[in-house]
Amino acid sequence: MKAAQEERREAAPVAEAPPLEIHDMTVAYQRRPVLWDIDLELPEGRLIAVVGPNGAGKSTLIKAALGLVPRASGRVEVYGKPIEKQLSLIGYVPQRESVDWDFPVSVLDVVMMGRYGRLGWFRRPGREDREAAMDCLRKVALQDFAGRQISQLSGGQQQRVFLARALAQEALLYFMDEPFAGVDAATEQAILGILQELRSNGRTVVVVHHSLQTVRDYFDHLVLLNMHVVAHGPIEEVFTEENLRNTYGGRLPLLEQAADAVQRRSV
Amino acid sequence: MSGPAPWLAILALAAAQALLFAAVGANRVLEWVQTACASAGLPYNTVMVLAGSGLLGVSSAVIGSYAVLRRRSLIGDAVAHAAPPGIALAYLIARERNFFLLLLGALVSGVLGAAVIAWLRQSTRTRQDAAIGLVLSVFFGLGIVLTSAVQRDPTGAHAGLEGFLLGKTAGLVSQDLLLIAVTSANILILVWLFQKEFLLLSFDPGFAAVQRWPVQALDVLMMTLLVAATVIGLPAVGVVLMAAMLIIPGVAARFWTDRLSRLLPLAGAFGLASAGAGTYFSSVSEGMPTGPVIVLTAAAVCLFSMFAAPRRGIAAGILKRIRMRERVARQNLLRTMYELAEEAPDSAASLEEVAARRGWRAAEALRLLRRAERRGELRRTPDGRWALTEHGLQKALEVVRAHRLWELYLVEQASIAADHVDRDADELEHILPPEMVLQLESRLRSEGRWPEDRVPASVHPIESAAGEAR
Repeated sequence: MKAAQEERREAAPVAEAPPLEIHDMTVAYQRRPVLWDIDLELPEGRLIAVVGPNGAGKSTLIKAALGLVPRASGRVEVYGKPIEKQLSLIGYVPQRESVDWDFPVSVLDVVMMGRYGRLGWFRRPGREDREAAMDCLRKVALQDFAGRQISQLSGGQQQRVFLARALAQEALLYFMDEPFAGVDAATEQAILGILQELRSNGRTVVVVHHSLQTVRDYFDHLVLLNMHVVAHGPIEEVFTEENLRNTYGGRLPLLEQAADAVQRRSV
Repeated sequence: MSGPAPWLAILALAAAQALLFAAVGANRVLEWVQTACASAGLPYNTVMVLAGSGLLGVSSAVIGSYAVLRRRSLIGDAVAHAAPPGIALAYLIARERNFFLLLLGALVSGVLGAAVIAWLRQSTRTRQDAAIGLVLSVFFGLGIVLTSAVQRDPTGAHAGLEGFLLGKTAGLVSQDLLLIAVTSANILILVWLFQKEFLLLSFDPGFAAVQRWPVQALDVLMMTLLVAATVIGLPAVGVVLMAAMLIIPGVAARFWTDRLSRLLPLAGAFGLASAGAGTYFSSVSEGMPTGPVIVLTAAAVCLFSMFAAPRRGIAAGILKRIRMRERVARQNLLRTMYELAEEAPDSAASLEEVAARRGWRAAEALRLLRRAERRGELRRTPDGRWALTEHGLQKALEVVRAHRLWELYLVEQASIAADHVDRDADELEHILPPEMVLQLESRLRSEGRWPEDRVPASVHPIESAAGEAR
C-alpha cells in the first residue's frame, strides 16, 4: 500500500514538459504496420481530437501510447518522463464495446474502479472513496442510477459511467476512445460540458473522434491520422480542405462530408 | 502498483503453512482433528469427507465463477481432460499410490494441455473451440491407454486410478482429504485477498493496465487457482465431470444476483450443497460414483434457478410478458371506451361496439370489460351497456393523452404518415415513461397548442378497427 502512495508521489509533471510527447512510434499487428513513425507533441490544457478514416489507427494510437498494445519502436513521454512511470497521472475512457455490460457490477462499483489505482493492493474502497465516486456520478448526472446493474443503462448512460470512472482517477492527462460514439444528444452535451470543465481546470484531453461535423466546435487542437500523422496543430490551422482530402484519400462519401463541414465553417 | 506486496502476502501464507506442517506433521494435524471429533461426538471419517468435499465444492464454484464471467469456462474442462496421462505416468514412475504425486502428475499434464491449446491457437490459426476439442480428446485418449496399462500390471490394479475418471470420495484416505481441504482453503483465502484486483481484471483488464496493475501476473494467479481447484477436484468428482463443478454453480448464482460480491458466496453455497449431496449419496449407496451425483445435484439447482429466479428467470420473463399483455389490453380498452364516449357522449357502449372497434372476439372483450368493472373503471348500465366511471375516466384520460401526444410526435417529428401512426403509437405508448409524456406535453404547451381539456385531438379519423389485425 505504501508502494502505491510512493509511486504517486514519484510520478509528477516535469516543469515545462508537454503532457504528451510521442517520438518515432511504429505499431504493427502481426508484422503488418498499422501506425508509422508517429511524432507528436501535444500542448497542455487543450481538448485534442484524433480524427481519421476507419482503420486509420486512431484507437491504436491511444492504446500503443498507453502500452496496451506493444510498440514496435519509439518512445512516449508524459510530462517529461516515460509514460510507464507516469500512469498515475493518466485517466482512461476505453471504447464502450470493450467490456461485457452484462457483468454483475453496479454503476457505483464501476466508477469506484477509478479509485483502485490510489488504493493499492488489497485495500477495499472506504467511505471516502464511495463519496468521491458519487461526486463523479453527480457530474455526469447519474447519481440516481448508482445501485443499478450496468446492463440496465442506455448506451449513452454507459458511456457516462465510463467518463465518471475516468473522472474518479483525478488525472492530469485523459485519453478517451470514441466517447461520443452512438450516444444521445443529452449525453453528447453532458460529455462536452465535462470536457470543457476539464480544460478550464488545466487538464489535457486526447479524444478519438469520428464526426467531422462537430470536431471544429468541440475541440481546439487536431491530429489528422491515417496510419501516419497527416497534420496536427491548432484546429483553425489544420482543419483545411486539403488536409482532410489528404487524410481521407479517395473515400468519396466521407470526403464530401468533410468538404461540407469545411464549407460550413468558411461561410 | 507493481510493488512486492501481493507476492509477499502469498509467500507468507505458504511459509506459515509449510512451517506448521513441517513442525507438527500432517498426521499430528489429523490426530488433533480426530480428538476434536471424538470429544464433540462426531464421526471422524464423515467429518473429514465432508470437510474435504465441501471446501472443494465451495472453492471450485468460486474460482469457476470468475472463469464463467470471463468466458473461459472450458479451460477448466480442458485441464481436467488433459490430466489422466499425467496421473498414470506419475504412478508408473513412483510405482505406488502417492496421492500428492498423482495430483502433481495431473497438474503438469493439465497445464501442458492448456499450453498446447494456447500454442495451437497462436501458431497454427486453429480456432479456440477446435483446439480445445482436439487437445481434450487426444490427452484423454492417451490417459485411458496408460491407465489400462497400469491396471494390467498386478500391483497397479489396486492403485484406484479408475476413481479419477468418475470420482470416488470413498476411496480417499484422511491424508488425501486434508490435502484437498488445505488447497481449497488457500484458494478461498487468495480469492478473498484479491477480490478488488480480480474484479478489475475480469471486468476491464485494459483499464487495469492503465492503472499499473500487473495484469498478466494477476491473470496467471487466477489461472493457477483455477487449475489447482480442477486438479484437487479430480479424485473426488472425476476427470469427465470436473468442469461442471467449476461452471454450474456460477451460472446458477448469476440468475439470482447482479453483484459479484453476492454471486461468489451464492455460487459457493451451491457448490457446497452439491458436493455434500454427492458425497452423502455415494456413501450410503454402494457403488454410486460421487461425480455424477454432484453434477446432477448442481444441475437441479441450476435448472431451478433458471426457471424460478426473479427478474432473470424464465418464469419471471413469462410473467412479465403476461402482465404486459394485460396492461396493454387494459389501456386499449380504456382508450376505446373514451373514444366511443367522445363520439356519442350520451350513450354507453355495447359489448359488440367495443369488440368491433378493437377487433377482439366477443368472449375476450367480455372478459376485459368484466375485469375493468371489478377494478371500478367501468360500470354496467341498466340496459346492459358499459360506461366509464369517474375513476375510469381519469385513467382513460391519462392513456389517451399519452397515445395522442405520441401520435403527434410521430407525425411531426418522425415524419410518419398519419394513417400509419395509430399502430406505431399503439406499440409504444404502453411503455412511454411519464417523464417523456410530460416532455411532449410541455412542448405543445410552449407552442400554445395545448387544449383546455388536456387531451389533444386525434391526428387521424378514428374508425372501426374491425378489419385490422390488432
